[in-house]
Amino acid sequence: MTALQAVRNISRLTLRVWRRDLDVYLTTWKTNFLPPLLEPVFYVLAFGLGIGSLIGDLVYQGVTVSYLRFMAPGVLAVAIMFWSFFENTYASFVRMYYQRTFDAMMATPLLVEDVIAGEILWGTTKSLLASVIMLGVLTGFGLVAYPTGLWVVPLAVLGGLLFASLGMICTAVTPNIDTFNFPIFVFVFPMFMFSGTFFPIDILPEWARILAWILPLTHVSLLVRGSTLGWYPDGAVWSLLYLTLVTAAAFLVALLLMKRRLVK
Amino acid sequence: MSGDAAVVSARAVTKRYGSFAAVDGVDFEVRKGECVGFLGPNGAGKTTIVRMVSCFSPITEGRIRVFGLDVSRSPREVKAQLGICPQEDNLDPDFSVERNLLVYARYFSLPARAVRERARELLDLMQLREKAGAKIQELSGGMKRRLVLARALLNQPRMLILDEPTTGLDPQARQLIWQRVRMLKARGTTILLTTHYMEEASQLCDRVLLMDRGEILLNGSPSNLIEREVGREVVELWNFTDEVLAFIREKGWEHETLDERVHVFLPPGDDGGREIGHRFPHQEHLLRLATLEDVFLRKAGRALRDG
Ligand SMILES: Nc1ncnc2c1ncn2[C@@H]1O[C@H](COP(=O)(O)OP(=O)(O)OP(=O)(O)O)[C@@H](O)[C@H]1O
Ligand SMILES: [Mg+2]
Repeated sequence: MTALQAVRNISRLTLRVWRRDLDVYLTTWKTNFLPPLLEPVFYVLAFGLGIGSLIGDLVYQGVTVSYLRFMAPGVLAVAIMFWSFFENTYASFVRMYYQRTFDAMMATPLLVEDVIAGEILWGTTKSLLASVIMLGVLTGFGLVAYPTGLWVVPLAVLGGLLFASLGMICTAVTPNIDTFNFPIFVFVFPMFMFSGTFFPIDILPEWARILAWILPLTHVSLLVRGSTLGWYPDGAVWSLLYLTLVTAAAFLVALLLMKRRLVK
Repeated sequence: MSGDAAVVSARAVTKRYGSFAAVDGVDFEVRKGECVGFLGPNGAGKTTIVRMVSCFSPITEGRIRVFGLDVSRSPREVKAQLGICPQEDNLDPDFSVERNLLVYARYFSLPARAVRERARELLDLMQLREKAGAKIQELSGGMKRRLVLARALLNQPRMLILDEPTTGLDPQARQLIWQRVRMLKARGTTILLTTHYMEEASQLCDRVLLMDRGEILLNGSPSNLIEREVGREVVELWNFTDEVLAFIREKGWEHETLDERVHVFLPPGDDGGREIGHRFPHQEHLLRLATLEDVFLRKAGRALRDG
């Protein structure tokens, strides 16, 4: 009931919140564009050429692929997670707590739900922007198959929305900015390592594999990998379904918890 | 609603945080074109009232209507017509002075072209023209406050809400804000403000609501309240003897001891000041006109002393 009401309170004005964040981003666009341009280059050099030359090829879902081709979509999946999660934790917290930007917005026709949704939308956009730039770079290295590679774009939106919402949930409950270390170490960092990003999860022991399948990033990297390789493993559609459900739930929880934090 | 001239009408409004009542069953009204000031010590509940009127804070009990609209039901419509200056500045440090206004105007869906012009007018009005391109961090406290006021005027609000508009400002900066507020008042803007400063309340407000501990203790125009609550004249005595105190008691004058000073509130027409001078020629004392401060000390003095 309250969740439904909260969703209904989101209006088109939420785009004005998104636009404010975009405007700030654009005033410093040169520094903002650089990391997603350079990051994949470093990854490709270090992991692909360095470690990859030690490993050579590996077998993924019964098919032999080069380590570089295997790893490239992992880099994308990680970026989808990092950009939105960090935006809606540290950056949103600064706007909410130190700058009181949300308070200023709520003194206008915007409702608290518009503000929260706009922030999540902006976090999603950060993931989208970063992945599109990185996709371009990886395409330049010849690591993306098309047309399936284009599916990375909607996947970045879905995954971005998910990790933006999860970030917002952390912001809603964190007592201060230093406490973000906690979800990062128990949640984000393990996902970064163990979600089939840099090695296939099949080689993990069974208990770890089960855990890995629960982690949402596993499904993001599975779908992104399918897109860049040009073929999806069996059951990919379940990954899509799982992601969609978790994203919807995370968004609602983020909305309600943030509302609880902001409305006193 | 009680009469179409009521811009704000609050009925039996209570705000609780847990079991603590920050605002406890208050009734008040703000009429069109009026400047009403909430006066009270720290923690009296002034900001809590402001936050409920401006649709920030859900009301625990009771009802507030603004422009005839229920704040709980129509927050967007109410806020579209309010200009809000919060107690703590929340200008956007990511943008320049002018950009702060332009971005804020978008939240009100104001047409972009008209906004540019209006922003320039408001910067002129608040003497911030030279600062249009400056960063927020480069502004003084007074300039920030003026920019917040300019921002609150972008949407040409029907009512202006000022939560402690001049707290922490130097006298010049304060005068400048007061002038602008008076000008807006003269143009017919309804104003609801909160303040700790009696002088601010007497200078700006047509009517004052004295609050303490979540309740409204007094309601009236500054001059009216002074006359009614403390009379016209006050004698202040210090380094006083028990004899003088006994004399005051004997006379039955209302008095209050604060910081080793006795404040004697003389009834209208009573020539008590001169009488004390005659009887105790060596007693240090001061006879002066009563102010809103005396009302405040008499009514909320206890709270101040208890902290
Ligand atoms: N979010 C909150 N949770 C719990 N108590 C609160 C909250 N906000 C305010 N209070 C309490 O409500 C009371 C009234 O606070 P309020 O801010 O309205 O006072 P005020 O009159 O504006 O004071 P000041 O002059 O210091 O600004 C205070 O005792 C305060 O501690
Ligand atoms: Mg206050």
